[in-house]
Amino acid sequence: MTANAVMPVDHDPGLDYLEAEAIFIMREVAAEFERPALLFSGGKDSIVLLRLAEKAFWPARFPFTVMHVDTGHNFPEVLEFRDRRIAELKARLVVASVQEAIDEGWVQEERGPRASRNRLQTPVLLAAIARHQFDAAIGGARRDEEKARAKERVFSFRDEFGQWDPRNQRPELWNLYNGLHLRGEHMRVFPLSNWTELDVWRYIARERLEIPSIYFAHEREVFVRDGMLMAVSPFLQQLPHERSFVETVRYRTVGDMTCTAAVRSTACTVEEIIAEVATARVTERGASRADDQFSDAAMEDRKREGYF
Amino acid sequence: MDLLRFVTAGSVDDGKSTLIGRLLYDTRQVFEDTLASIERASQAQGLEEVNLALLTDGLRAEREQGITIDVAYRYFATPRRKFIIADSPGHVQYTRNMVTGASTAQLALILVDARKGVVEQTRRHSALAALLGIHHVVVCVNKMDLVGWSEARFREVEAEYRATAAPLGISSAVVLPLAALTGANLVQRAPELAWFEGPTLLEFLESVEVPNPALYAPFRFPVQYVIRPQSRDFPDYRGYAGTVAAGRIRVGDAVRLLPVGTVTRVAGIDRFTDQLEEARAGDAVTLRLADDLDVGRGAMVVAAADPIDPVSVFEADVCWMSETSELRTGQQVLLKHTTRRTRAVVDQVLDRLDIHRLEREPTPPSLALNDIGRVRFRTMEPLAADLYEQCRETGAFIVIDPANRHTTGAGMVRELGVPSGAAES
Repeated sequence: MTANAVMPVDHDPGLDYLEAEAIFIMREVAAEFERPALLFSGGKDSIVLLRLAEKAFWPARFPFTVMHVDTGHNFPEVLEFRDRRIAELKARLVVASVQEAIDEGWVQEERGPRASRNRLQTPVLLAAIARHQFDAAIGGARRDEEKARAKERVFSFRDEFGQWDPRNQRPELWNLYNGLHLRGEHMRVFPLSNWTELDVWRYIARERLEIPSIYFAHEREVFVRDGMLMAVSPFLQQLPHERSFVETVRYRTVGDMTCTAAVRSTACTVEEIIAEVATARVTERGASRADDQFSDAAMEDRKREGYF
Repeated sequence: MDLLRFVTAGSVDDGKSTLIGRLLYDTRQVFEDTLASIERASQAQGLEEVNLALLTDGLRAEREQGITIDVAYRYFATPRRKFIIADSPGHVQYTRNMVTGASTAQLALILVDARKGVVEQTRRHSALAALLGIHHVVVCVNKMDLVGWSEARFREVEAEYRATAAPLGISSAVVLPLAALTGANLVQRAPELAWFEGPTLLEFLESVEVPNPALYAPFRFPVQYVIRPQSRDFPDYRGYAGTVAAGRIRVGDAVRLLPVGTVTRVAGIDRFTDQLEEARAGDAVTLRLADDLDVGRGAMVVAAADPIDPVSVFEADVCWMSETSELRTGQQVLLKHTTRRTRAVVDQVLDRLDIHRLEREPTPPSLALNDIGRVRFRTMEPLAADLYEQCRETGAFIVIDPANRHTTGAGMVRELGVPSGAAES
């Protein structure tokens, strides 16, 4: 695997194939849906999505509303990046706010030191889809991330409750995606389905895409919880034995501060990150997502409820 | 890096999960946290060694019932190639799943148990691969450890397979001996198989040349989306976005737009901000045409001199995939062919393939879940279709239920322009 890292990224037929496939999918969404949204978190996968959208419709602007489900516990560096990138692209941004939903009282905040707003994203996302009448939501999920994802379609059908039913998925053949649906139903679309973590990084390197600073090694005050390095922040309550210290870390994934862990790293450039990812011995979700550690089927359960 | 997509077929007993698990493990795609979780699961099952088959384990319902419901996609890479595996389960739903997995595959990997040799299922999987236009097959004669690593037994199974595959139209089958459980001849050679002079499975997968036939087929460009920025910088820009389905095109080439038939010239080929001289099969580009024409999604751009004629009657092999409905003569359906969707009526269900005997029974009452049969359609709008064996991209379509909008079938065009009401074939 290490050898992948040193392969030149400029000439890469595999990456060309994945790019063309994703652009094709984006154009199908634009053609087959009336009100498509593109989910953007400021993370590396959605940064790649934005780039592909930009390419697919050039010289026109992409015909998607950008939507961010903001837990209110995001890394400030990522929010700053999000706003700057959206302004550059002159795109329309809709923020679906978990904080507002809590304030309005229709979702209930978890309590205690392990409280996380991760699960609250689902009802907020579904409500935003309904409110804006989005009939498609493009996401950056990849099949290599997790075993429930490995079986999900590129055009993933959701019933009127926003649920994913793994036993009742539409057959998906060739590149003939079926976007038809009835009113109230919608589609989640995953143009990066066939990409791996390494493909995403190699694409970021090839396209020289800017990414939020937290992906690069930096010093941060952290503490250890369940073997993972969590950032000290006002959003996460430390237990008495959880002592904080300063460590050189970076993030492999970007999510809510309460459930996204940092990894020890000295990688300061995209090339160094690629070398690190190519030799990594732990999956990105295993290394940095506390939300998947609860059970073997944690992701499957959340997807059934309507998660990303 | 080059990319190879392949589909795997075989039943649970053939050791398919073990083979894929071993391939992922030996190419170092398995991460420590994943390994730790399957170690725990193996211990919970009372196994002494880590069961690598658990690496391909999926959803909760599947674990509970010990079956695989659906096609799973898996990824691995070596310094030479990136691989996408469509892992299709071998149980009752095999037809629908194998057809799905095979539709995007360039090669099929078929497993045979060395003790059992070629069985009915091997023939079925090979027939489905051939039906889907996959001509490259690698047959893994697995569990060689259980036949004492016998070369004689391997040669027997190999001969058996070649005799089976030839009438199905599989021209290039490579047959390899291996043992997924021990890893022999998957990634590493094994002393027990020293008599075998061919490649390991991984060497084969890394080096097999699978040329894309679409590159050499006549030019086909289904218009996907019309780009009209109407912006200050591009007030008059009008581009036809799409992916070249087959062949190649150069700036200046004369083209014809189907179904209307208008002839014009390619004024430019854009890929993002780059202007290309040429585009070829697989490229996602935007064509600019010399004349302002009323072209929209679903139109097909072909070479001006190409004799292709859109048809509204054609015959196709259809694999029916719906659990709740059947396909019958007289039924109204929607078809999606390239980027065009049209209403169609089932003119006649002509036959049904008996997948066990590989024989066709004429005029069945209907096609049900997992049935494959020859069907004649009449479409409301003509389609610029090719025969599937000549061009996958323009010879394939899906069938959609007009009521609930679900995908209910997959079709491969086999005969064009048979006039409605003609003698039955």
